[in-house]
Amino acid sequence: MSKLTPVLSAFWDQKDSFTIEGYMRNGGYQAAPKALAMDPDALIQLVKDSGLRGRGGAGFPTGMKWGFIPQGDNKDHYLVVNADESEPGTCKDMPLLLANPHVLIEGVIIAAYAIRAKHAFIYIRGEVTHVVRRLNAAIADAYKAGYLGKNVFGTGHEIDLVLHIGAGAYICGEETALLDSLEGFRGQPRLRPPFPAIAGLYARPTVVNNVESIASVPAIIANGAEWYQSMGTEKSKGATLYSLSGHVNNPGQFEAPLGITLREILELAGGIRSGHKLKFWTPGGSSTPIFTDEHLDVPLDYEGVSAAGSMLGTKALQIFDETTCVVRAVLRWTEFYKHESCGKCTPCREGTWWLVQILRDLENGKGTEADLAKLLDLCDNIMGRSFCALGDGATSPITSSIKYFRDEYIAHLTLGACPFDHSKSTLFAEAK
Amino acid sequence: MATNNELNLEVMQSIVARYPRKRSAIMPLLHYVQSVFGYVTNDGIEIIAKLIEIEAAEVTAVSTFYTQYKQSPTGEYHIGVCTNTLCAIMGGDQILEALKEHLGLENDGVTPDGKVSIEHIECNAACDYAPVVMANWEFFDNQTVASAKALVDGVRAGNPPAPTRGPNRLVTYKEASAVLAGLDDGLAREGVQAGAPTLLGLTLAKEGK
Repeated sequence: MSKLTPVLSAFWDQKDSFTIEGYMRNGGYQAAPKALAMDPDALIQLVKDSGLRGRGGAGFPTGMKWGFIPQGDNKDHYLVVNADESEPGTCKDMPLLLANPHVLIEGVIIAAYAIRAKHAFIYIRGEVTHVVRRLNAAIADAYKAGYLGKNVFGTGHEIDLVLHIGAGAYICGEETALLDSLEGFRGQPRLRPPFPAIAGLYARPTVVNNVESIASVPAIIANGAEWYQSMGTEKSKGATLYSLSGHVNNPGQFEAPLGITLREILELAGGIRSGHKLKFWTPGGSSTPIFTDEHLDVPLDYEGVSAAGSMLGTKALQIFDETTCVVRAVLRWTEFYKHESCGKCTPCREGTWWLVQILRDLENGKGTEADLAKLLDLCDNIMGRSFCALGDGATSPITSSIKYFRDEYIAHLTLGACPFDHSKSTLFAEAK
Repeated sequence: MATNNELNLEVMQSIVARYPRKRSAIMPLLHYVQSVFGYVTNDGIEIIAKLIEIEAAEVTAVSTFYTQYKQSPTGEYHIGVCTNTLCAIMGGDQILEALKEHLGLENDGVTPDGKVSIEHIECNAACDYAPVVMANWEFFDNQTVASAKALVDGVRAGNPPAPTRGPNRLVTYKEASAVLAGLDDGLAREGVQAGAPTLLGLTLAKEGK
């Protein structure tokens, strides 16, 4: 039996999978009427029972998040879907939306009803023109079919859905920065508490969920919490999209139960680029501490990755072989965090700037071993000292790479230059 | 799409009407201004400010925060080369250098004929198709130095290749900006539903692997 469990991806191979006809031919829009006939509290309980956890990185239980919304408060409630997928290495939500935007819309209908929200928003990153087209067309078709609007599925419930398109700011993937951006401000994180569940969009109770989390809901309603619970591990239930990229023979999306290992995924993907071997990898994007070939058998669920010293994050498995200079890789990520730091908090704004200066010297073979201690000290002073986790994420590749590859940093200093030939890492190196 | 160098107030008001509160419309309005002028003009900022009843300085503050809003004219075809770690290592750095040399441009530069502008971009959520190049924010997957040069040569010759995962033709920067303002260009049904890497896991599962 296959180790893979395509649920979200089950119909992506049909040419019209993104259309309303394609979606409905495969059972789409049957979960929403079922959910709308349930009591909203029972619906929240069902999602809690399924064990579904946030797929945007943090892994917070989705049903519990919905349960935090105060009821009977006579305030407007909002549902906001985070489609600002920008964490380096993360590439699951955009292909999902390109292939099947309607599954997200059906999830939105169910979630909005559960938290008693009449207004929902999808905040999508702005650098994906065709994904925006597909999603907007799908929303228009759902309105035409009566699945969105004043009288959803003829039930008398009202749900409006607006697609909000970002403009190139990684920080807006952070939920409170996203809300500021959606309100029409610069995207900068807010101090918590209050959490969005109490004071979110327009200071009203708001649920912010990742695309994959909400898109997972229709199947849970259709098949039941027990079915979802039957996949995954003890505390990490269900199936999820693992995105494999980098120096492998066959990169791509793999939908599998939580707890699969990189060794198993690599076997399916035809292994590391032929003639090369695994050097380091990220389990869940650049903000999660890197792993090495020691970690091939770590169960890729929330607990397993955490116990091994990293985070499951977005399940973005970026694979680098032995031709890759780890200092160059870390420098580039650090330049990214410096560029994307919104500037609100001093430790992150100034700290990432200094990290880049030191790493740039180290990559060029300048500096001394004491600079490694200085880097770690800077990381210590950034970690946990800002409103959001961007600065924390910036420290992950640095501290983890020094832990596993200290000798490689030193080799740069000994040689007075980078010991690697970068052209060997390119995909077209061997074709030349 | 109306891109005749004139802002259409009715369109702008329809964008404002999408939201429970006017100010939320700033971002799509800025995309709309770019769909008309190719960048964010002072006139555009003034009109947005009036429409949503805030100061022009507040609109400028938002506009300058986000890298997609351009403060000077972009090329008719705006090329972004991903040089975040994974794409850079897989060849993005070489592609960017080759294109800059080929076009005679620095980062953020525009060719004198106004056809092509270039910038290095951050991760664009297509890592399983690395190295990635975006043209007017459409996907050009699995690029090489040669294919990226062919892309810009095609653009300059008035014959741009179609995106890998996108419509059957490459739209202009202004046309793409209108899509990002939330306006329908009727091209949603064109192009593939998924590329091969997106389908890899599903294909293997169907083979029982």
